[in-house]
Amino acid sequence: MTKKLQNIINKISPILAISIILIVWQILSSTGIVPKFMLPSPADVVMAFINDFGLLMSHAKTTLSEAFLGLSIGILFGFIVAVIMDRFQVAYRAIYPVLVITQTVPTVAIAPLLVLWMGYGILPKITLIVITSFFPITIGLLDGFRSTDNDALNLMRSMGANRMQRFFHIKLPSSLSHFFAGLRISVSYSVIGAVVAEWLGGFSGLGVYMTRVRKSYSFDKMFAVIFFISLISLLLVLAVTFIQKSTMPWERKESIKN
Amino acid sequence: MKKLTANNITVSYDGIKIIEDISIELNKYEIVCLLGISGGGKTTLFNVISGLLVPDTGNVILDGENITGQAGKTSYMLQKDLLLPFKTIIDNVSLPLLIKGMKKQTARETASKYFDEFGLSGTNKKYPHQLSGGMRQRAALLRTYLFSNKVALLDEPFSALDTITKSSMHQWYLDIMEQIKLSTLFITHDIDEAILLSDRIYILSGKPGKIVDEIKIKESKPRNKDFIVSEEFMNYKRHILKVLEQ
Repeated sequence: MTKKLQNIINKISPILAISIILIVWQILSSTGIVPKFMLPSPADVVMAFINDFGLLMSHAKTTLSEAFLGLSIGILFGFIVAVIMDRFQVAYRAIYPVLVITQTVPTVAIAPLLVLWMGYGILPKITLIVITSFFPITIGLLDGFRSTDNDALNLMRSMGANRMQRFFHIKLPSSLSHFFAGLRISVSYSVIGAVVAEWLGGFSGLGVYMTRVRKSYSFDKMFAVIFFISLISLLLVLAVTFIQKSTMPWERKESIKN
Repeated sequence: MKKLTANNITVSYDGIKIIEDISIELNKYEIVCLLGISGGGKTTLFNVISGLLVPDTGNVILDGENITGQAGKTSYMLQKDLLLPFKTIIDNVSLPLLIKGMKKQTARETASKYFDEFGLSGTNKKYPHQLSGGMRQRAALLRTYLFSNKVALLDEPFSALDTITKSSMHQWYLDIMEQIKLSTLFITHDIDEAILLSDRIYILSGKPGKIVDEIKIKESKPRNKDFIVSEEFMNYKRHILKVLEQ
């Protein structure tokens, strides 16, 4: 019974915490402790979201298609780099430091450069997303490739399996969980990357919308779009988890021992 | 009739000889054991026979053909069952057939014919982690068998199992060998296991490892559990212990 109670508490505690934050926030702004033009109440934010729903959706469409395209290229690119680095030790030594350095450069700092070079079109956005999203994929896959059981590879060799067969039968499937761990990070990076790139110029997208509402001091809309973006990231991460579960059926822990 | 011979095999790593001038032979349908302490070079010899390792000197002949340094001619089963966790049992077992270029569907059909015989019925769609240790080992043996029914190399196939499972696996192994007639060379450091299962035993000892004795187990097959407690069994054991002590 106590265990059951513990379970219920575990489940509702995050909901409770969020509710408390929202209530305090609502009280703060509706009593006027914090001026309403600086901090809109949660109710205002919801209203802003509902009023601008159509507009937000059309902007989201732009952002999501950029994120999707950039992420796809990032995955492809990350995959190729990981395979090359795994295959050739020289490539591993040469590329690894470069990869790490690209990750220490802040996204917000290179975004303006990309816009200067590539204009206000889709190109700088895609480039930025590729740069930020391919790294976790590459590292994830590489770790996976390297952690492959050597005995299993030897067994495959003794069966006369060639390099391709060893890759597709052993290395790739045993790297999948590492790949998905990387992908979970990359999907949220890709949305953030798209928004940041849109701040700096563009014709539509959630980042563009954000810049516009900021300039008109519509804080309620500002909050609405911020929450909307994190909701999108959250849903995408959930989607990746779902895809992972369906592509890796052996991970479902239903260990029935005879 | 000679199935496989390894002649004058010497292997060294970093200038240190691991095994020296080893010659062994395996006749058709025979079960031969390579007995010796751990780290004595037994696995090295297996790596040579399976073609994973090229020896400094010597050659390996299978059915009159020189297969030295050629992988994919004999089937090799390692101590760990090495069933791939992400493949179902049927796909694990049919893997060697896929590697040989067989179509997935055909490979599955071929493999599933043996499931009853190997005591694996009903496990086709299960994943390795859902099976007991003994079942997994049987699946690994079926995979070994499907890869090549010429010669099987088994590297301590039962050593990872608990005593009770091991004992029932021995019985099962003797039975299945009567049916599938596989020429087998296996490694063990368990003297009882060696005497119970083999037709002949090579004793590998010393540094570098050499063959110090060869013993023929005359007990007829099929053998049963009583053999283990018989006088002949004890005599073989006494003899082997004496040889290993020297």
